Amino acid sequence: MKILVPVKRVIDYNVKPRVKSDGSGVDLANVKMSMNPFDEISVEEAIRLKEAGKAEEIIAVSVGPQKAQETLRTALAMGADRAILVMTDDEVEPLAVAKILAKIVAEEAPQLVITGKQAIDDDSNQTGQMLAALLGWGQGTFANEVEIDGDSISVKREIDGGLQTVKLGLPAVVTTDLRLNEPRYASLPNIMKAKKKPMDEKTPADYDVDIAPRLTTITVAEPPVRQAGEKVEDVDALVAKLKAVGAI
Amino acid sequence: MKTLVLVEHDNMNMKDATLAVVTAASQLGEVHALVIGSGCASVGEQAAKVAGVATVHVADDVALANQLAENAAPLIASLMESHDAFLAPATTTGKNIAPRVAALLDVMQISDILSVESEDTFTRPIYAGNAIATVKSSDAKKVITVRGTAFDKAATEGGSASIDTVGGAADAGLSTFVSEEIAKSERPELTSAKIIVSGGRALGSSEKFEEVITPLADKLGAGIGASRAAVDAGYVPNDYQVGQTGKIVAPEVYIAIGISGAIQHLAGMKDSKIIVAINKDEDAPIFQVADIGLVADLFDAVPELTGKV
Repeated sequence: MKILVPVKRVIDYNVKPRVKSDGSGVDLANVKMSMNPFDEISVEEAIRLKEAGKAEEIIAVSVGPQKAQETLRTALAMGADRAILVMTDDEVEPLAVAKILAKIVAEEAPQLVITGKQAIDDDSNQTGQMLAALLGWGQGTFANEVEIDGDSISVKREIDGGLQTVKLGLPAVVTTDLRLNEPRYASLPNIMKAKKKPMDEKTPADYDVDIAPRLTTITVAEPPVRQAGEKVEDVDALVAKLKAVGAI
Repeated sequence: MKTLVLVEHDNMNMKDATLAVVTAASQLGEVHALVIGSGCASVGEQAAKVAGVATVHVADDVALANQLAENAAPLIASLMESHDAFLAPATTTGKNIAPRVAALLDVMQISDILSVESEDTFTRPIYAGNAIATVKSSDAKKVITVRGTAFDKAATEGGSASIDTVGGAADAGLSTFVSEEIAKSERPELTSAKIIVSGGRALGSSEKFEEVITPLADKLGAGIGASRAAVDAGYVPNDYQVGQTGKIVAPEVYIAIGISGAIQHLAGMKDSKIIVAINKDEDAPIFQVADIGLVADLFDAVPELTGKV
């Protein structure tokens, strides 16, 4: 079967985002960008399923600017077979991304879509669930473990307070959580090979999807800063202080 | 405006996460609560007592027993014909269901709101809380998830809402519930605990975590949390994790032990009322947000603290 893996190019998770002084957004000029960490986990999981003989082909997809090519090349270097870049310089909201992905699913007919539970830039946590709704498929969100068994998939999900296992008929959408796996690094020979793997370039118009935003960002501001308090000398002083503020 | 609030529950008891959503919804208009489940009549009665709730809709159907999104979302989407805004808590249940509802309604969801500025404008955290965006929605219907720590909890007594039943639930045939492993504990849940004692990688092992953190938490009647580093190192299960990728908490007192204070951890606890940090490294970033800091070896300081509180 085919697996479709949507990936997003985002600010590197080690970089502290800085809010622009005019309040229009976060400054991304000359900032290191990487694949969304949850999407790396998705690519890794797809590769593991292929290695286990459960899948034949992995298609990585990204909706974003020209430079999202780099993100797709990373997916190809990790082990995806080919890539589709849906190119746009506009910011595309999860609903519109889900609509584009639904069209790609209609063309490619994958049995499984694996994507990160959220992107670390807008922190929406929506695309996978929306795609499942548009396709009328089951959804296994926040996956901690997945197991394909014939024409169904068991997904162990991270939920508040513990874990929940659901069984979904295929085709289905899975969104990944942190503990699903540890993504591999691409080796140098694989990075070289990835350059020769096919990458289609498309635009949202090719899929006839209206990407006009439904949400308008009015301002982006720094969060309120918390002031450091005081340091105490020893445990006795800590206990006294805790009692003084009524904490204990 | 008529709002529909998804009640968080386990078919027996309403969860506290619901109460902050009621507060957020009441800032938009009339509050209708929705209980979806199976054998969940008592939850409907609890929801009817919440101050500010006008009506409770109870959808009681075996297909809704585990609140699977595939079965819940079509029902909620149909109820949205007579409501203007759907609000769910930003819990794993709410985050699973709400986007599915939004897509069925062709609405762009507003995730994890921190405040209601007007009936179409909200603030929400982006970049792990390193920035706060004010966004305005142009959709006719709103689908919203609410960050529980950002709103006061509505009172659990004082309301006398009418209760009606909602039919039309069906099994979409896409998913089945298999099992659940919920950590059983006498401890308060992280998201509702008044005091949280949280441990980091400096604990060094799961044995030490248990030996150092647990007695202090027991003494204080506190919930136990952990940094992502401690979870990744395997000291504690993931549901202990506080941070951007774990739980967002805001207790009265948060005691961070051996936690350096990575951005992603701070994103999950910086709204706590009082932050206490115990760390050997006096330059640890956690001290920049701590109200009370103690530079000390945690293996000496924490047992001593446990003995003295």
